[in-house]
Amino acid sequence: MAGAPIAAKTALGPIKPAPPPHPVARTVLVTLAVSFLTIFILVPLVNVFVQAFAKGLDGYLAVFWPPQPAPEQVLSVVQQRKLAEAAVQAGRTWHAIGLTLSVAAIVVPLNICFGLAAAWATTKFNFRGRALLISLIDLPFSVSPVVAGLVFVLLLGRNGIFGDWATHLTWIDPFSLRWVGFEAGFPLAFERDYSGVIFTPLAIVLASVFVTFPFVARSLTPLMESQGTDEELAALSLGASGWRTFFKITVPNVKWALLYGVILCTARAFGEFGAVSVVSGHVDVNDTMPLRIEKLWNEYNNQAAFTVASVLALLAVFTLVAKAAIEWKAARDLPQNQGHSSQ
Amino acid sequence: MSRTHRVIPGLPLTLGYTLFYLSALVLLPLAALALKAGQMSAPEFFRVITDPVVTASLRLTFFASTLAALINAVFGLIVAWSLVRYDFPLRRLFDAVIDFPFALPTAVAGLTFANLFLKDGWLGGFGPRLVEGVNALAGLTGAGPLLPSGALDWLTFPYTGQTGGIVIVLVFVGLPFVVRTVQPVLLEWDPEYEIAARSLGAKPATIFARVIFPEIAPAWVSGVALAFARAVGEYGSVIFIAANIPGRSQIAPLQIVTRLDDFQYAQASAIGVVLLAISLLILLVINGLESFSRRHERTA
Repeated sequence: MAGAPIAAKTALGPIKPAPPPHPVARTVLVTLAVSFLTIFILVPLVNVFVQAFAKGLDGYLAVFWPPQPAPEQVLSVVQQRKLAEAAVQAGRTWHAIGLTLSVAAIVVPLNICFGLAAAWATTKFNFRGRALLISLIDLPFSVSPVVAGLVFVLLLGRNGIFGDWATHLTWIDPFSLRWVGFEAGFPLAFERDYSGVIFTPLAIVLASVFVTFPFVARSLTPLMESQGTDEELAALSLGASGWRTFFKITVPNVKWALLYGVILCTARAFGEFGAVSVVSGHVDVNDTMPLRIEKLWNEYNNQAAFTVASVLALLAVFTLVAKAAIEWKAARDLPQNQGHSSQ
Repeated sequence: MSRTHRVIPGLPLTLGYTLFYLSALVLLPLAALALKAGQMSAPEFFRVITDPVVTASLRLTFFASTLAALINAVFGLIVAWSLVRYDFPLRRLFDAVIDFPFALPTAVAGLTFANLFLKDGWLGGFGPRLVEGVNALAGLTGAGPLLPSGALDWLTFPYTGQTGGIVIVLVFVGLPFVVRTVQPVLLEWDPEYEIAARSLGAKPATIFARVIFPEIAPAWVSGVALAFARAVGEYGSVIFIAANIPGRSQIAPLQIVTRLDDFQYAQASAIGVVLLAISLLILLVINGLESFSRRHERTA
């Protein structure tokens, strides 16, 4: 499925004995492979950080914390304007970081619940249409991100199918909960609400859910399928309740696959560009980090764009390290689990 | 898996929740696309699709995606083979970074490639940069400039704003697919067959073509198809490096975005339907291939 990380077993083992390779063939192939990976992966990655630090560490930090003039310093009008502009830009960047984190904080738990439910339903039971359901869960991987954004505009946009209802919908921003003191009675209140769906953060959440939809379910399904139902049946026959069986038997058995799915889901939720771009309406307040990168790039603010990009690139590196760690951990746990295959 | 409805609880809850969530967030929105496109009459739909700007974008998308998939087909196979069969320094590092295009946000990929393939970027201006570097090193040792400036000007690849740039980012986003589909098959493969073939007098080329390749071919083809499908839908990375001129260097997904920005919802959904149909077609082909190779295995 397009866009799907392939969860097959790819851990490199020791090299198997084979007929001795032709020395020339070996050298040529290894050189080609190493140069290809260097040009297409290592150089671009290094370039992100080199460009981000093009103006040194101070320039890097100034993207997030613009320089403050000393109070007694006398500034020209041009300098004042420049500082004000830098402060506005930094504010937008922080807003984008906040929005990205908030969206991920909603999207990831939703998809964890869905992934667990879907994996339980499709692996512990056999029913008609099960194979079709598994294919449908994978469907978002094969949809272009732009189409993923487009479908929500067509559904909830002004001329959309539920357009009338959606444009008049008013909803409270859950992240605007603020302490307002006891004067008004209850000390907590929401300070902001939105009307409409498309071109608001709610649409960004919907589009992000769509594109990150299969990650958790997909990383759980092969493992849970190979584990079968024996352990659950044993627990149930000993009198455990369904929930207790689920939390004490199933979840511990799949914890590494679950964690891996969650990491992939989070990385994609942070980094999604196409779908979010379509439903965001190109408004500054709806910018997530990837959209912020595009705006900075379009404003010819190369170094700032790379600085924001370097945060996301670091996250991608962390994702790979976590993947390697999880694979290592799962391989080490394997003997205790009586050699359950997969993972 | 046996029928165990009675013993294991939770089927109504989990299946109900799965179906509800799937319908509300995936199937219903996709149905909206079909409905919106279905509201157009057939000639109208055809007129949108055959608009010169749209056909140009579709042609560019296909051309670049095909080229990128073919490059990945060749290099993906070489990378997978080298990683599985040969020991070389940093082998495990190179294996780990294969997944990097999955993990890196597409906007970051587009940004860094657009910068690298500028005329004075690291890779875009590789020749002049190399001359600069060599001369700087020579300067350090006290010798004069070793190379005249402009000696390696033929080694420039300023692909930013060119079709070549689009192909390069599409190679990047599709890179893991071929490697990660071929690699498990190569890992399972028992080299004893090669030893047997060698003892019977077969040449290495013959062994690869007649013994190894038939084994990895189904996985290889589906990996290439996956890379192609991913490239057709790719948007984020491409728009950074392409010139995005309508009718000349706009990819199909960008056409959708342009139409949406002009509030031409029907036209946007028509192009969207074409892209969706292509990805579903590729999905069917891959599934067919997988079931074919499974059947093949059983009879063999």
